[in-house]
Parts: sequence; C-alpha cells; structure tokens
Amino acid sequence: MDAVIDNLPTYFEGFRMTLLLLVVSGISALVLGTIVAAMRISPVPSLRAFATVYTELVRNTPLTLVLFFCAIVLPYLGPDLAYAASAMVGLSVYTSPFVAEALRSGINGVPVGQAEAARSVGLGFGQTVSLIVLPQAFRMTIPPLINVFIALTKNTSVAGGFFVFELFGATSRLANANGDAVIAILLGAATLYLVITIPLGVIAAQLERKWVVQR
Amino acid sequence: MISSIVAGVLIVGGLAWMALTLAAPRESGGITLPGFFDPSRWDIFADPELWSFIVFEGVFGTLRAALIASVFAIILGIILSLLRSSAIAWIRIPTAVVLEFVRGMPVLLMMLFILLVLNTGAFWAVVAALTLYNGALIGEALRAGLAALPRGQREAGLSLGMRPLQSKMLVEFPQAFRQMLPIIVAQLVVLLKDTSLGYIVGYTELLRVNMNNLVNFYGNRYLFSFFVVTLVLYLAMNLSLSWFARWLSKRTSSSSSGKRLDPEDPNQAVLVAEASASARQSESHEPRT
Repeated sequence: MDAVIDNLPTYFEGFRMTLLLLVVSGISALVLGTIVAAMRISPVPSLRAFATVYTELVRNTPLTLVLFFCAIVLPYLGPDLAYAASAMVGLSVYTSPFVAEALRSGINGVPVGQAEAARSVGLGFGQTVSLIVLPQAFRMTIPPLINVFIALTKNTSVAGGFFVFELFGATSRLANANGDAVIAILLGAATLYLVITIPLGVIAAQLERKWVVQR
Repeated sequence: MISSIVAGVLIVGGLAWMALTLAAPRESGGITLPGFFDPSRWDIFADPELWSFIVFEGVFGTLRAALIASVFAIILGIILSLLRSSAIAWIRIPTAVVLEFVRGMPVLLMMLFILLVLNTGAFWAVVAALTLYNGALIGEALRAGLAALPRGQREAGLSLGMRPLQSKMLVEFPQAFRQMLPIIVAQLVVLLKDTSLGYIVGYTELLRVNMNNLVNFYGNRYLFSFFVVTLVLYLAMNLSLSWFARWLSKRTSSSSSGKRLDPEDPNQAVLVAEASASARQSESHEPRT
C-alpha cells in the first residue's frame, strides 16, 4: 500500500497520458469512423467497396500490429512522429471501423420506410441522411459507441508496450522497481482503469435501458 | 454518376500515389532501403527455411495460445453464465462483481498481473489472461442467450418433472448456446487478435518471431517486408475465422428466431439479445387479436 501512495505522482502522470490518448484518439476515431460510415451507406459503389474493405482489414488486424507499424515501421517510411503521437494515430485508425460499425448499426436500426418517405417528399441523399435518418439513428448509436470508447480505454494500455509512458507503462516500470509490492502496484493501476471504464459502462447501460424501451 | 467517377478517381489516385511513394528507394539511418517492389526486398522469402521458422515458431505459437485459451474460455464462459444467472443471490452478485472487474481491466494488465504475481511464464500468462477476459465476455453472451429464451421453455422442463438445474442444463442451455454460437466464434476472433499482446509480455508468437527475431537476424532492411508478411498471415487467420462467424450467424438467424445478430460486436449482440428478450415479454402481455 505504501508503494502505491509513494508513487502516486508516477501513476497520475501515466493516467494523464492515458486520458490524453483516450480523448485525442477517441475524437479522431469518431471523425474517421463517421466518414467511413457515411461512405459505407453512400449510393456510390466505389466508396462503399472502399469502406467495406477498410473496415474488414483494419478490424481483423491486431492492435499490437497496428501500433507496431505506427511506432516502429512508420519512421522507416518517412514521417518521424513522437511515440505518443504515433500511438494516437494507431489507436484512431484501429478504433475507427468499430465507430463506423456502431454508427451503421444505428442507421440500420431506422426503418427503411423513413428514408423512403423522406425521398418521396423530395429530399436528396444528404438531406435524408442528415435530417431524417441520423437524428433517429443517434439514440440507437450512443450506447454501442460508449462501449467502443470503453474498449479504447483498455486498448490505450497497448501503447504502453510501445514506449508511451501511459498508465500501463508507468505500472510496469513501478512493478519492476518495487518487486516486494507488485500486487498493490498492479491493483492500483487496475483501479485507475476501472475509474474510467465502470462509470462509462453504467452510463451506457442506463441510456440503453432508457432508449430501447422507448422505441 | 459524376460523384461515383470522382470517388473512384480519388481512391485509385490515392492508392497509386501510395504505391509510387513506396516504390521509390529511401534513405534511412545512413543506409539506402530498396523500394517496396524492389526484388531485393523480397528475395529472402524464397528461402524455405525462413518460412518453416515463420510457420512453426510464429503461426504455431499464436495458434497454440489461441486454441488452448479458446477451449478454456468457452468452458469458463459456460460456468460463469450459469453462476451469473443463478437464482441464489450470494452466487450471482459476487460473480457479477468479478465479471465487472475483469471486463473493465485491460487484458495486457491482466497478463502482467499473472506474469509477475503468479510467476507462470509468458505462455501461461497469455493463456490465463485471454481465458479470463474472453471467458467473461462469452459468459455474458450466454447469459443474454439464456435470458432471451421464452419462459415457456423453462416451464416445459419443469412440467416434465425436471429440477430447475436439470431444466437449465438440458432444455435451456443447449438452445442458448446454439443461439449464441456466432457471437462466441466472433469473440474467438478477438481472442486470436489479442494473442499478439504476447509480444509485449515476451511470449514467442507470430509478431515476435517476425518483427523481433527475424528483423534482428536479417537487419532493418527487411523491416517493412516482414511487416507485410506478418499482416497477411494475421489477416488470413482472423478473416477466415470472422467469415466463419458471419456464415454461422446467417445460418442460425434464418433457422431460428429471425433476429439478426451482428457477430462482430459482442457488446451489441448482447444488447440485441436483451432487447429481443424484453420485446418478447411485452409481446406476450398483449392480448391476442
């Protein structure tokens, strides 16, 4: 227990980095994922095919390999990023297809009749999507999206294996330095992860209950 | 039509630009690396010894951990789903707390925990952490499957003179398992992907063999080539398993309840199952017309 209290500054340094990774890659994954989802449901076949292939490939690639590419292979190909920045790129790319799938499942949950009705009133594709389909899809989408962000929170730990000093990196360094208090050190880190993931899970479950019944 | 052409040109142009960028030789760290399509980048892959090493050390290491963890995770999932849906509160509630704890923690942290605290060695750390995490998620899926079954199934079992546990094991559970099989297989894709975390805790699997051992031996010159080979091997394993999951889900959804489950996303699938359970309950309360 003393080992945890003595090392609180190290923990919080790592925790701050974890939060930073979560927020930055969460937002950029949201942007990327929205673009991919829009491509996925667009009437243009080439865009749809591209988005499908992208989703399939990225989703079936292990995150470790993605982060390995960003941290170690990418500097060989040209751009020389800081490790934290390359981890953000990797996490955003890895998370974006999951965001896209969550959005798409929300959009699929809107009855087709809604889109048909919108089109029969004379709205174009963009108007149908932005005015009719997305507002309805939004409420179906939030709970699965929160689940994606919970997964992202846990995934940030992989960045710790690629030279980023976030919570996992801090923990493994502390565990190596304090061989006699490994259990306390690791439980401390687990608590900090749970501080993020459990409230998010509770919010997701509550929104789910509230919104599924209404529909 | 015009937007289609514009999109096509943009995508093809982007891919062509990437290919041209990769094709050019590059200066890095004082040495000149050959372009991506340069034969000298790929000639070592003609060596059968290299492939036997990649396959027997790398692919085999990954599949060994994944297979053993899959079997344990399914067994653990079955046990957890039964404990979690037990009628006795002091079995159900502690299980729920432990499951929340396991699901909220990164797998990598669990691996580190098992490695340092139980001192098991990297292989069993990987297997145990993957078993625990995926077992918890499979357990949740199975519990949702049990909850989605119509009440009548349980009542039918009881009316045949079965005990509650017998009815659960012989009547309800086989149905829930069959319904949730696509989701379980999809969870195994997650498990297979997560074996690559063994790279970080020091287990010798595909990523470690290709990206550490081979690159150290042959030099950084082949870094990108080995990366591409690793990527292709992972995709071959994961894509075939996830296509199998999708095929299974198509088959089960056409034969039974008709609810389309998305096997790719276990969380969502659990939600779908729970939603269908609540929908069925509300249906049964409505008067017949």
